[in-house]
Amino acid sequence: MQWETVIGLEVHVQLATQSKIFSGASTAFGAEPNAQASAIDLAMPGMLPVLNEGAVRMAVQFGLAVNANIAHRSVFDRKNYFYADLPKGYQISQMYHPIVGKGEVSVNLSDGSERTIGIEHAHLEEDAGKSLHEDFQGQSGIDLNRAGTPLLEIVSEPDMRSAEEAAAYLRKIHAIVTYLGISDGDMSQGSMRCDCNVSVRPKGQTAFGTRSEIKNVNSFRFVEKAINSEVERQIELIEDGGQVEQETRLYDADRDETRSMRTKEFANDYRYFPDPDLLPVEIDDDYIDTIRDGLPELPDAKQARFVTEYGLNADEAGPLVQSQALADYFEQVAGGSGDARQAANWIMGELARLMNQNEVAIQDCPVSADSLATLILRVQDGTISGKLAKQVFEALWNGDGSPDEIIEKQGLKQVSDSGEIEALVDQVLADNQAMVDDYLGEEVAKKQKKKFNALVGQVMKASQGKANPAQVNEILQKRLDTKG
Amino acid sequence: MHTSTLSELAQALEAGETTSEALTRETLERIQAHDGRYNSFITVAEERALEQARAADQARADGRAGPLTGIPFAHKDIFCTEDLRTTCGSRMLENFAPPYNATVAQKLDDAGAVCVGKANMDEFAMGSSNETSYFGPVTNPWGDGLVPGGSSGGSAAAVAARLVPAATATDTGGSIRQPAALCGLTGLKPTYGRISRYGIIAFASSLDQAGTLTRDARDAALMLNTMAGFDPRDSTSLDREVPDYSASLENDLSGLRIGLPKEYFSDDLSPEMAEQVRNAVREYEKLGATVKEISLPHSHLAVAAYYVIAPAEASANLSRFDGVRYGHRCENPQDLNDLYLRSRSEGFGEEVKRRILVGTYALSAGFFDAYYLKAQKVRRLIQQDFTDAFSEVDLIMGPTSPSPAFAQGDKTDDPITMYLEDIFTIASNLAGLPAMSIPGGMVNNLPVGLQIIGNYFDEARMLNAAHRFQKVTDWHEKVAPNSV
Repeated sequence: MQWETVIGLEVHVQLATQSKIFSGASTAFGAEPNAQASAIDLAMPGMLPVLNEGAVRMAVQFGLAVNANIAHRSVFDRKNYFYADLPKGYQISQMYHPIVGKGEVSVNLSDGSERTIGIEHAHLEEDAGKSLHEDFQGQSGIDLNRAGTPLLEIVSEPDMRSAEEAAAYLRKIHAIVTYLGISDGDMSQGSMRCDCNVSVRPKGQTAFGTRSEIKNVNSFRFVEKAINSEVERQIELIEDGGQVEQETRLYDADRDETRSMRTKEFANDYRYFPDPDLLPVEIDDDYIDTIRDGLPELPDAKQARFVTEYGLNADEAGPLVQSQALADYFEQVAGGSGDARQAANWIMGELARLMNQNEVAIQDCPVSADSLATLILRVQDGTISGKLAKQVFEALWNGDGSPDEIIEKQGLKQVSDSGEIEALVDQVLADNQAMVDDYLGEEVAKKQKKKFNALVGQVMKASQGKANPAQVNEILQKRLDTKG
Repeated sequence: MHTSTLSELAQALEAGETTSEALTRETLERIQAHDGRYNSFITVAEERALEQARAADQARADGRAGPLTGIPFAHKDIFCTEDLRTTCGSRMLENFAPPYNATVAQKLDDAGAVCVGKANMDEFAMGSSNETSYFGPVTNPWGDGLVPGGSSGGSAAAVAARLVPAATATDTGGSIRQPAALCGLTGLKPTYGRISRYGIIAFASSLDQAGTLTRDARDAALMLNTMAGFDPRDSTSLDREVPDYSASLENDLSGLRIGLPKEYFSDDLSPEMAEQVRNAVREYEKLGATVKEISLPHSHLAVAAYYVIAPAEASANLSRFDGVRYGHRCENPQDLNDLYLRSRSEGFGEEVKRRILVGTYALSAGFFDAYYLKAQKVRRLIQQDFTDAFSEVDLIMGPTSPSPAFAQGDKTDDPITMYLEDIFTIASNLAGLPAMSIPGGMVNNLPVGLQIIGNYFDEARMLNAAHRFQKVTDWHEKVAPNSV
């Protein structure tokens, strides 16, 4: 049987406000446990929440970025459940009237196609604290620093049909929130977390299959892997005559499998009701318009501009706009060198390779955009050959100095002095009489060309790569012509 | 001095006839000597009070005294007082000393008032007879074995016994007005949002409002002048100017339009009670007011709606008392669930548990619409009743309670009978309207309360009407036989 996968994602984005969503405590990461928990975060008796306007503004920014309806009136609800790291015994969230309504984003897939993924809604809520189960000899520690950190929960429609689409969607959300500057998007620190709702159904069937929810997947790669392994599990289960249960599952990256966390029977009744401590959030068109006017250029618009302004094609521009920092880097290199295609090639080639290899983000890249631009210029003006440029780039990565210093120090300057090259050519011809004879005796043009190139290679080798290839070609051709 | 009202004490202090330290010492001694009879205090703050008194005397010497400087008073034990035990009448908070002041406590501190202790109350303000307190019942100075009303029974008994001239209190469904009626006092519950709820241990957030218990309206005005005002830490407090409530006390009442809701004079009210209330209203006619019958057609739904909404909010508000961070914790919990179960079972009394269960039920999946949402609809109808009424009249008057003070134990076996104690007071909480109770007659030698309900933020008019009535009647000067 042919199976179709149906995926919806719930993405929790930690908003980059200075203070918490309902208290004045700092949201900075990494403080001593409970050093950033105020009386409000601790849910001391009589404490009341006061909404941080910054969180509202950020939610609206996101809503506008995904062309969503912004609710003029949204309401905070209490989601009731007991847990040790949930001090109030309820989480303040938005169940019935979220601040961001229906919207959409488009994603590019590896086969070149584009898909539009619907956003069902996005709502504001507060994060819980953390339970620490190690180091307490059979007891648990509670750290409430994170309690009350503002989250934007972005709920997609069940529009994705493959793990690849899900990962692309997540990357797009990541790009949008980081472009907007409303989150640092750092998945390793939990600034972005993802719950994946996954089900399968026979191809052609319109009704959804029973879904499972994989909780708290914390990297793009794991989202793809977790979904693939869950899809495999569900299909196997059904094909073996079983049924998928509606349940919450956890992804174990070490074993590359999901396992059951809790089934539906143990699901909580959260007893949502409007929080009487908070007034409904009323937003007028002026507020929304002001935010709209202040929005930065977003990934899709930037990609389109890179195509028209720099002559790149969409596939080349796509990866460059994945992060604002990378896009900025590209624009600086393209501007400095005057050669956007070369800039794109370098960034997506050598630079991407070294960044991946060394797990370095563009912000921490040791090769400045100006250096890379200079390097491209040096190839353009013939100072160095394209081949040696890679060597210079690696030296730049290693922090060996500016491009010109490296070229000078390592003696990589291209030899363009025709006298010098003539001498080299003559030497090579003298040393490789057999190859010369071979060339001269060849009748088939194509084969002769090959033999010619082998001689060029010998000259380049003799020059340690520094000879200007065009000149070598020209001089060599002339010499061989006179012999023939 | 103990026979003096707050205003008279303020004059004596101003005239240098006494000092705050002397007044405070006398107050503390009288509490020490006599409160065994009433049990109106849970905690007496001797050292702290004397320190405040000396500071008040110093302030006066420095010319920094206001009307409340140096006046001893009691806080209902629901107001958080910095480093002073705040129990809310519960075993749960038997040893809880908050590290912060409620806004009301801070304002009274700043005004130089001297808090001599924390008044007894029904546990978490749930009760109408002050019999649910973990710290024992309070006895009404009007007769041994009589309840003072609740939940602010300790505040009322302490003022009626003439231990203090004034006390703070809170009113969620009548908890200021009903004890005022039963103890022969002036009790004021202002408009919802007039006084900050910050630092007041929450019972039902959309209904709770702080207010005062005093001997007369003049004293209530002085207290309200200090307690009222916008607080950025309470999102439901209203940013509206606070008038000088003392300034309009003497205004002429001619032309005042008074409405008597016919629903408040039904079978729920004994003929003797009704007669006393009608007599009181007749005094107003003599003062130039016009009286007409009005209708509040949804009155009969108020108690039912209240007993859905208040417990629903309470069920969430009381979740924070989980034995994790503060408050009662059971011995040797086996696991988290056991910790919750036993800490809460041991820490809460029967009435609190009943309301948590009722509220939890009303919010549960499958019942939410039928109970909570329906109750909210009723609430809007009740609000509309009042809006309609206030288009015809300036003040609404009627009884405060269906009967005068009743015997301890009379209603404890039947929660519904107890809930009906608030049949006339609950509607103004649901509507958020200001309301007060003033002594308006006597039945069987026990005080009868006259309730005055005003339009939103019309406290000045209410106090004016109450004061003018008190100038021509002496019900408020009747002294409880068991007072000292």
